[in-house]
Amino acid sequence: MDIEIPYNVEERKDTGLYNSKLGIWLFLASEIMLFGALFSTYIILRTGDPFWMMHVKEAHLNIPLATINTAVLILSSVTFVMSWVSLKLKDLSKFKFYMGITLLCSIIFLVIKYFEYTSKFDAGHYPWTHNFYAVYFTMTGLHGLHIIGGIIVNAYFWLPVGNKMWNTEPERFTNRIEVAGLYWHFVDLVWIFLFPSIYLL
Amino acid sequence: MSHDNHQESFIRKYIFSIDHKWIGIQYGVTSMIFLLFGFVLMMIMRYQLAYNTNTGLEKDLISPDMYNALGAMHGTIMVFLGVVPMVVGAFGNYLVPLQVGAPDMAFPKLNMASYWLYFTGGVIMLASFFIPDALPAHSGWTSYVPLATLSSGPGQTFWLCGMIFLIASSLLGSTNIIVTIFQLRVPGLTWMRLPFFIWAQLVTSFLLLLAFPPLQAAAIFQLSDRLIDTGFFNPYAGGSVLLYQHLFWFLAHPEVYVLILPALGIVAEVIANNIRKPLWGYKSMVYSSVWLGFMSFIVWAHHMFLTGMGTTMSSFFMITTMIISIPSVVILSALFLSLWGGSIRFNTPMLFALSFLPMFGIGGLTGLPLGLATADIHLHDTYYVIGHFHYVVAPGTIFAIFAGIYFWFPKITGKTMNEILGKIHFYGSFVCMNGIFMPMFLQGLTGLSRRMANGGYDYAHAKDVLYLNEIMSISAFLLFVFQLFFIFNFFWTIFRKKYDSESDTNPWKATTIEWTDTTSPPLGHGNFEVIPSVYRGAYEYSVEGHEKDYCPQTEE
Repeated sequence: MDIEIPYNVEERKDTGLYNSKLGIWLFLASEIMLFGALFSTYIILRTGDPFWMMHVKEAHLNIPLATINTAVLILSSVTFVMSWVSLKLKDLSKFKFYMGITLLCSIIFLVIKYFEYTSKFDAGHYPWTHNFYAVYFTMTGLHGLHIIGGIIVNAYFWLPVGNKMWNTEPERFTNRIEVAGLYWHFVDLVWIFLFPSIYLL
Repeated sequence: MSHDNHQESFIRKYIFSIDHKWIGIQYGVTSMIFLLFGFVLMMIMRYQLAYNTNTGLEKDLISPDMYNALGAMHGTIMVFLGVVPMVVGAFGNYLVPLQVGAPDMAFPKLNMASYWLYFTGGVIMLASFFIPDALPAHSGWTSYVPLATLSSGPGQTFWLCGMIFLIASSLLGSTNIIVTIFQLRVPGLTWMRLPFFIWAQLVTSFLLLLAFPPLQAAAIFQLSDRLIDTGFFNPYAGGSVLLYQHLFWFLAHPEVYVLILPALGIVAEVIANNIRKPLWGYKSMVYSSVWLGFMSFIVWAHHMFLTGMGTTMSSFFMITTMIISIPSVVILSALFLSLWGGSIRFNTPMLFALSFLPMFGIGGLTGLPLGLATADIHLHDTYYVIGHFHYVVAPGTIFAIFAGIYFWFPKITGKTMNEILGKIHFYGSFVCMNGIFMPMFLQGLTGLSRRMANGGYDYAHAKDVLYLNEIMSISAFLLFVFQLFFIFNFFWTIFRKKYDSESDTNPWKATTIEWTDTTSPPLGHGNFEVIPSVYRGAYEYSVEGHEKDYCPQTEE
């Protein structure tokens, strides 16, 4: 890129933000509205359907697996923060280590999700079976897509491309990790809401 | 005119450009084509309504189903592919960085992605006209369920996929505009020194950012209802039909303000410049636009008074609807009062901007009866509604768009458009627009329903107003004729060899940065040779003791 966009890397005094940090917060606000609509739909469909609880009982959602998944995601968020802190301390190898754990956790999450989905399909439960499954698959599926998006971005920074960015523009690279981290925490947070409202209630 | 010290490839410069000015032009040209296309669809419908209703269906130009499809696609194309990309994509992209003194948008590559997502969404919508043996979406632009879930053929599926792309595009575009306004203002450009246009773009972008995602969710649900037979909106499967309407109008009401706020912004710029005095009540206009933006999120269910959602809900939304009319009236009144005592220049952009005021006024005031649940029982889904929102959007927003095009054309090309052709375009369009939409109120008051392919021919109570169909249709065809003056003027000016005077890049003697600190057309990527500093408010015209009748924002 030939031209210099102001506050691309350094913070602007009166807002205290660099551009992409404000950008990701706005994006997350939009995401909250998306998941807000999904949760509202869930509430309206659940309260309006007298047969809902019957289907929840029949579904036998795997609570232990989902609990493990919750723990795995929380761990991945913690290691994400550690990886960002490592960059702040100018330690690229530690960053690689922690980001590696984050990536590993996110893949474990998806593998567990895969087993959950296939066990539902084996039991003959599909999205069109009942609206409970429609909600279950849509919400966890959309969340899963967010996880996949996160994995792609995080892996990109973790691979050798990241080294190159670190060597040329360390501060900008650190910012990018911070922004990716904000997104990752959001995806984690969505799960924190999904887990009790779908599995436990 | 380009001062680039390097060579950009053709593709980078003209196709996948990351320069906000070129992306703005891409948005502008694409949306103008869509506006024209949507207009043609409407003319086919108007022909059907005026001349093909008394002769029996076998002689009709189009089938009733096709009429429904044209209606649905006219609404979709005009709103999502025409007006919004024009006022936000084109005007926002081109002018926001220039008016805040930024070298580009905050995220140039996202900006490019935003345009190409919009383009893809548009192509998908257009492709639905060419599905063999099937119609494009024909369940109204609102795509209400269960009509839309059950509608035949893949047209509705195309519509939903297209919408998903358009929503993603507006997400990227609005984020970009907000970050640009917050982060890239030049030193000295404080919030209360911003041109009102920037404020309008800021509020609009927040509406796009926060209101569209629920429709994204609704589109995903409807898509899965259609494709994999889930039951989100299917009452037989325990789903909720009303839920779709809530999700849809949660977007679509703020969307109305997305259509009108940037138009108010454009009109404010043009009026302030041509009355040669400061806007009256600039601060109240700013606060009103923010208030308007906030309120627009809690009025959506006034579109749903007849759904049986209950009187408590109706009362709530009726009250909020009455409240939201206050800030709109404040802005409009401030613009009217600004005219008082000004030495008004009646050039083409100003004529369009001036006529915007009463036209938007009619559109807004006729909306009040619709916002009262009792009156709405009679008026709901009649031609009165069509008349109401078209007064807001057609002689309202579209006139503002024309004002903006005539006003900023010399900025973009360095050449001013022809005044005589412009005035013919204006007076003709003004008469024809009223010829189309004013009779709709009369028809609507008799109770003529809005979706009749036969123009209400078999409505006994509408007999007295059916003759108006022909007047409206003739006005529509004449309106098209007058647009030819604009189209000719547009291309003729672009291909004209003669530029406006080289030394003067500020033909309207304006105060804002885009006129005073850039060349016309602006430099290549980067906009400014020196980053300007701002010392004044946006509308310092006719300041006492100053030798010129305007003080540029960047003058110390």
